Amino acid sequence: MSKLRFYLPVLGFVFVAVALWRGLYLDTKTLPSMLIDKPIPNFELTSVDGSGVSNSDLPDQIFLLNVWGSYCLPCLIEHPTLMRLSEEGEIPVVGVNYRDRQGLAIDWLANNGNPFSFSILDESGRFGIDLGVYGAPETYLVDENGVIRFRHVSVLDETVWQEKFLPAIAELLEEGG
Amino acid sequence: MSSTATEVNRNVFLALASIIVLLCSLLLPGTTYSQVDTFEFDSEEQQNRFRTLSNELRCPMCQNSSLSGSTGGVAEDLRREVHRMIMEGMSDSEIIKFMFERYGDFILFRPRLTAGTVLLWFGPLLFLFIGGLFAFGIWRRARKISDSDTELDKSQQKRLRQLLGDKT
Repeated sequence: MSKLRFYLPVLGFVFVAVALWRGLYLDTKTLPSMLIDKPIPNFELTSVDGSGVSNSDLPDQIFLLNVWGSYCLPCLIEHPTLMRLSEEGEIPVVGVNYRDRQGLAIDWLANNGNPFSFSILDESGRFGIDLGVYGAPETYLVDENGVIRFRHVSVLDETVWQEKFLPAIAELLEEGG
Repeated sequence: MSSTATEVNRNVFLALASIIVLLCSLLLPGTTYSQVDTFEFDSEEQQNRFRTLSNELRCPMCQNSSLSGSTGGVAEDLRREVHRMIMEGMSDSEIIKFMFERYGDFILFRPRLTAGTVLLWFGPLLFLFIGGLFAFGIWRRARKISDSDTELDKSQQKRLRQLLGDKT
């Protein structure tokens, strides 16, 4: 009994200390997506170059859906990676031009290069709400059935590609094969 | 000569002091500003619902402010959506469901009761219970001591006198 009385506060302290210690390193910035394992929401919009686009225009293979905007500085940081991925034919990239102006988007693509098969023009941000977007850049990994399987918030550079996307893609392929 | 020097010193001191006071006033917690949108409503009831909802929904981008207190782009869009849904006659719970389906638990300032949030909801009660147990234990022990015979027997009194140096 007296032993318990001694150890109880010690245990309590250890419990609280561990909980708070973990709390220090919790990532509260990255929110889980609600759309994991759900299909891309239906859309019938125009693309940045002005043609009509809907779900049927999406690639019927594994692809990336990248949320970007001409105002978005981190988008410039991940841009070379997206360019490489699409130029080397590693994976198709579809863009969502989020809360931007069409003219600015066209200029941005002309100046920096266009890695996207096409970019869905979402000036109002309404499609972004359906996707659960909270700011560019965000990148979704979508499988061949148009189902969202993984989301990465913020910059997708080579490291993120190697460490997060490649394993996720490998998992998808394993599942499919 | 020395008096003007002191005067200059004092003026410099006063100037510095007022600058410091001004800077400190910047640190004071300001009022929380609500974003002013020009939404139009058919009735005051709709306007009140809008105000309540945009205070209860959290801005996904800015972590610790509500939709109503945020200038973030998403917050602006979401306020517009809340307004649209109110005008379309959707109920509060339908609007909250719409938000939850897209942004998850994070967007709700009042979290749902799930296995993961049980501790959040009932943790304080649990701690109150534990504290109560301790308080009860202490109270019981205190009563036991005061109830028991406090008189010292002969040998104890003798020992007490020795300890006090036998001054009596």
